[in-house]
Amino acid sequence: MKHLRSIDELGHDGLVRLLNLTQHMVEVNRRPIPKVPALRGRTVVSLFFEDSTRTRLSFETAAKRLSADTMTFSVSTSSVNKGESLRDTVETITDMGVDAFVIRHKSTGTPWQISEWTTASVVNAGDGWHQHPTQALVDCFTVREALGVERFDGLTLTIVGDIKHSRVARSNISAFSMLGAKVVLVAPPTLLPPDVAHWPVEVSNRLDDVLARTDILYMLRLQSERMAQGHVPNLREYAELFGLDAKRVAKLPTRAVVMHPGPMNRGVEMLVDPSTLPNSLIHQQVSNGVAVRMAVLFDLLAGESSAANLQQVTP
Amino acid sequence: MTPTGRVVLQGGRVVDSRGERRADVAVDDGVVVEVGEHLVGGRVIDATNCVVAPGFVDLHAHLREPGKEEAETIETGSRAGAMGGYTALVAMPNTDPPHDSVAVINFVREQGKRAGLVDVVPSGCITLGRNGEALAPMAELAAVGVRIFTDDGNGVQDELLMRHAMEYGKGLGITLAQHCEVATLTKGAVMNECQCCTSLGLPGWPSIAEELMVFRDIELARLTGARMHFLHLSTARSVELVRAAKRDGLPITAEVTPHHLALDETRLATFDTVYKVNPPLRSPADIAALRAGVIDGTIDAIATDHAPHPRRDKELSLDQAPFGMLGLETALGVALGVLQVDLTHLVRVMSINPARIAGIADRHGRDIDTGAPANLVVFDPTVAWQVAPDSLASKSRNTPYVGMTLRGKVRHTMFNGTFTVLDGAAQR
Repeated sequence: MKHLRSIDELGHDGLVRLLNLTQHMVEVNRRPIPKVPALRGRTVVSLFFEDSTRTRLSFETAAKRLSADTMTFSVSTSSVNKGESLRDTVETITDMGVDAFVIRHKSTGTPWQISEWTTASVVNAGDGWHQHPTQALVDCFTVREALGVERFDGLTLTIVGDIKHSRVARSNISAFSMLGAKVVLVAPPTLLPPDVAHWPVEVSNRLDDVLARTDILYMLRLQSERMAQGHVPNLREYAELFGLDAKRVAKLPTRAVVMHPGPMNRGVEMLVDPSTLPNSLIHQQVSNGVAVRMAVLFDLLAGESSAANLQQVTP
Repeated sequence: MTPTGRVVLQGGRVVDSRGERRADVAVDDGVVVEVGEHLVGGRVIDATNCVVAPGFVDLHAHLREPGKEEAETIETGSRAGAMGGYTALVAMPNTDPPHDSVAVINFVREQGKRAGLVDVVPSGCITLGRNGEALAPMAELAAVGVRIFTDDGNGVQDELLMRHAMEYGKGLGITLAQHCEVATLTKGAVMNECQCCTSLGLPGWPSIAEELMVFRDIELARLTGARMHFLHLSTARSVELVRAAKRDGLPITAEVTPHHLALDETRLATFDTVYKVNPPLRSPADIAALRAGVIDGTIDAIATDHAPHPRRDKELSLDQAPFGMLGLETALGVALGVLQVDLTHLVRVMSINPARIAGIADRHGRDIDTGAPANLVVFDPTVAWQVAPDSLASKSRNTPYVGMTLRGKVRHTMFNGTFTVLDGAAQR
């Protein structure tokens, strides 16, 4: 694999391969010294055009645990506007000798554009409303681990909230469907994409109707700017209709798990303290993030010697 | 124009508003002096297998000067036009400063004359600074010969201001050309709102953003009696609205670009910014309706919306890259490839109708008769050629047709009796 840009490009087999590899990385992370020399001499640069401390730290921690060198190139989009094209930025960094770009950008498609302009591998750490493939890997791995299953046949994933503007939703719909899950989307019609009818999902505007048959409840963050844009009248009304409160928790099947990609909006989509939920996977999502990103970087960068290198990470 | 002596375009098929006929055309001192069989005398230029027609007229060219000479100048844009068979270009007003003063209009015209490759016909702004807030000095601009007014790049959002522009403009005998886009519906939009736009994560540009303004302006034109031209229509419903308005006898005309006739929305799935254009590339159903609109006469003209951008501007992310693609040098080949029309109709939509809409029918789009100004194109309608960006005369390279095979190529272009293009090569 040269790049990780979207779940669809990764495909079913790639998805399963990375999830299996993540298991090895979890084991590395449990060691007293969670560091292996697998990517010694490799350089990973995080190119973040949009702030995301969590994702960036997660990638950089992953790179360091594999002994790669890391660089951070934080740019506000405005500074790029001052004469330097995206291509110039990418070519300049490529000339410094890097092996992988980890890219976060508010515009869709930048990982594809950038992979045209560099010889390095490209990892999509979130592009616009489009894709966030490592988050989907994290979420699939977390569910696999929590439920002790490799496939999700017979399971229903319910994603609640701002589907229209969510790269997490798009990546997860692809990934969970590939593994056999049925996907239900719950949102006010204004927060559903116009082409949702062509997606392999069921759509509902009423959360209460779908809770009883939900195995995985995935709450999305509602950004307050959606109010200013007229997508929802106010946060109170949104919370009333789509927030997770104790009454709704009680409607979930006993074994159902609750997830959130963070950061949470308490009092909006999360009206209960997640730590009081019996089956919250929110903490596991964060801790698995590092192992997943280790698996991705390893898969992209260990190259020809990956089989030999795997010896270095397997106990 | 320096006299060049008698030139005979020999062995071609003359196509003008009256149809097609085999004839030689003799030109001397800037005008057509003889049309007929077996003409002799003077310099003979081969036109075998070619169509000899009135030079093309583009209602919609962004020449970028003044203000963005890195992308194009009036001279390079004129040369690109000549290479595409054009003898007149309507220059869009979204320059810096924009075409809202006599000084800028005169400057554009002067630069056009200095280049001397095509008639550069400046359009005027409808509103001052194209800000949509107050009318530009339309009478003053009309007095120096501006015949077509537009804020292209922006639609005039304010209904009252548009009504006033129509009422005021009606007294001046000018045409208002609208870029139809309700801005609140397209904020941040990059591609057509379609079956794939949000799967690609690209904010959608709904058809209704265009159609609402087409509808509004048809109704305002009905109210005021103003002459309206619709720029770069892109949707099936827009075509239908214009068809119905024409049926009602309203003085309305419309244009479509070659790229909206040829390329569909899925092009953007490659995330290549060359396909980012305003209005966006639409669906195959829209394309079919636009083609039908050209064929049945609902759409009067093919206009390029030639929009050059320097490399570094297009090598930005999709949300930041500017809208627009080149068009002048490829329009004929694209139009011939996608439209099942006879050559007379092609000449009608590329030359005769746009000349009339631009108010320059005295010099362009005329029947090829003795006494007509020698603004002519000679093109081979069947020859296949590949678009090579580095051989384009435009200063920019943002053509979506790289590597594509087009059918139909300009062989000679003659402007005021002088060859600007001879055997496919720019003469200056």
